[in-house]
Amino acid sequence: MSNDKPADWTTGVEAILYQSCGACGHVQYFRRGFCAACGAADLTEKRASGEGTVYATSLVCRAATTETRAHVPYNILLVDTAEGFRMMAHGDDDLAVGDKVTARFTQFAGRLVPYFARARMS
Amino acid sequence: MTFITGVGLTSYGKHEGLSSLDLMSKAAELAIADAGLSRAEIDGILCGYSTVSPHIMLATVFAEHFGIHPSYAHAVQVGGATGLAMTMLAHHLVEAGVVRHVLVVGGENRLTGQSRDASIQALAQVGHPDYEVTLGPTIPAYYGLVASRYMHEYGVTQEDLAEFAVLMRKHAATHPGAQFHEPITVADVMASKPVALPLKLLDCCPVSDGGAAFVISRERTGETGVRVLGCAQAHTHQHVTAAPGLSELGAEIAIAKAKAACGVAISDVRYAAVYDSFTITLAMLLEDLGLARRGEAAARVRSGYFGRNGEMPLNTHGGLLSYGHCGVGGAMAHLVETHLQMTGRAANRQVRDASIALLHGDGGVLSSHVSMFLERVR
Repeated sequence: MSNDKPADWTTGVEAILYQSCGACGHVQYFRRGFCAACGAADLTEKRASGEGTVYATSLVCRAATTETRAHVPYNILLVDTAEGFRMMAHGDDDLAVGDKVTARFTQFAGRLVPYFARARMS
Repeated sequence: MTFITGVGLTSYGKHEGLSSLDLMSKAAELAIADAGLSRAEIDGILCGYSTVSPHIMLATVFAEHFGIHPSYAHAVQVGGATGLAMTMLAHHLVEAGVVRHVLVVGGENRLTGQSRDASIQALAQVGHPDYEVTLGPTIPAYYGLVASRYMHEYGVTQEDLAEFAVLMRKHAATHPGAQFHEPITVADVMASKPVALPLKLLDCCPVSDGGAAFVISRERTGETGVRVLGCAQAHTHQHVTAAPGLSELGAEIAIAKAKAACGVAISDVRYAAVYDSFTITLAMLLEDLGLARRGEAAARVRSGYFGRNGEMPLNTHGGLLSYGHCGVGGAMAHLVETHLQMTGRAANRQVRDASIALLHGDGGVLSSHVSMFLERVR
């Protein structure tokens, strides 16, 4: 497992990455050099599909910095991804718990962030 | 065996011109006097932190400022659970014979010492620096997320949550030291400014200046003793993204361990002091602790169960929501009020029977939990 910076949205690349443990099968979102479930270093970095389900929402109407205030209101989400990890992201203001969603990316306060909208029914 | 022998509390709100050390000193002086001790008898100090005046050695900074030379001293940082975590540590230190009298102190000029934006920003940093803070969440947003999920799973409404704000304000009205005294209604809470929906301004505790302190000792110094019966902690995660499901949070784990540690049942408890940073925090913790069934805490508020004359008086000083929240000192006010109730000194707020009390603190985003039982000994 290299200690290079991840090529994902946290470094300005349009991707959501996660790690999968070769020893125990655990998946984790917060990147580290070992599996937080079993301690093994046998991790594979994978790219998430961007599909998920809304676990929780909170529409921020009072922000604390000049940069974030320009975006008010913005909806903070916790999304349970199809790959089995939970992540925080932005999304449409009218999303509700349980909605099926798909990720894209947008700019927020000078940074790239993941942004979810309702998935199109096919 | 250990006793909480003295308590000290300033009013919460604005203390223009006072530093964090000033507020800590005021509370410490009150607590030591209340215990009937002199400064020289204090041989241990535990203190919290100050976001206004961060320091890597706050306990010794305070000890020097206050003029004591303890044989044991350091700071403790567990967010909102710090006050009870320090009390738990003091209990164990005293019981182990390391020290005789521990001063536990917290205080901060959080309201007048920095801007409200600075406070909100400082607190939002409990989030993950790469995966959360970059998205611009605030502490109310972290708890707003939890609230949306709790409401979804248990059918709790915004009006239900508002009941807790109304109750805490009603209690604060009878305490001269509280930051807010004007009565509010459920309609007022519902109409208050949106902060991080579903949480609105009156669902959130204020930012305050204030200080609180206690002394934990090997023997009681007053006629009525307040004894630490048992306590326990649980830490399941730091970041809300990594939190377990609602049925697996730390409050349930901590209370189960505390009950097992001292053989106390919830049915023995006569007074409750529960962390209430937001209305959702209080609603969830009451249900996690077993003081109400799932989704039914609000109904118990409406029926008067948690009122001063109810079956389980709760936060009779007004809690964080209306007495105020000055950081570490915030939830320490819950213990001060509990002590006053247990020793029959709560004046116009006195409840009938506070013989056994349950206290619970929460730090982070329901990350760190401390449960504690206290017993009155005559």
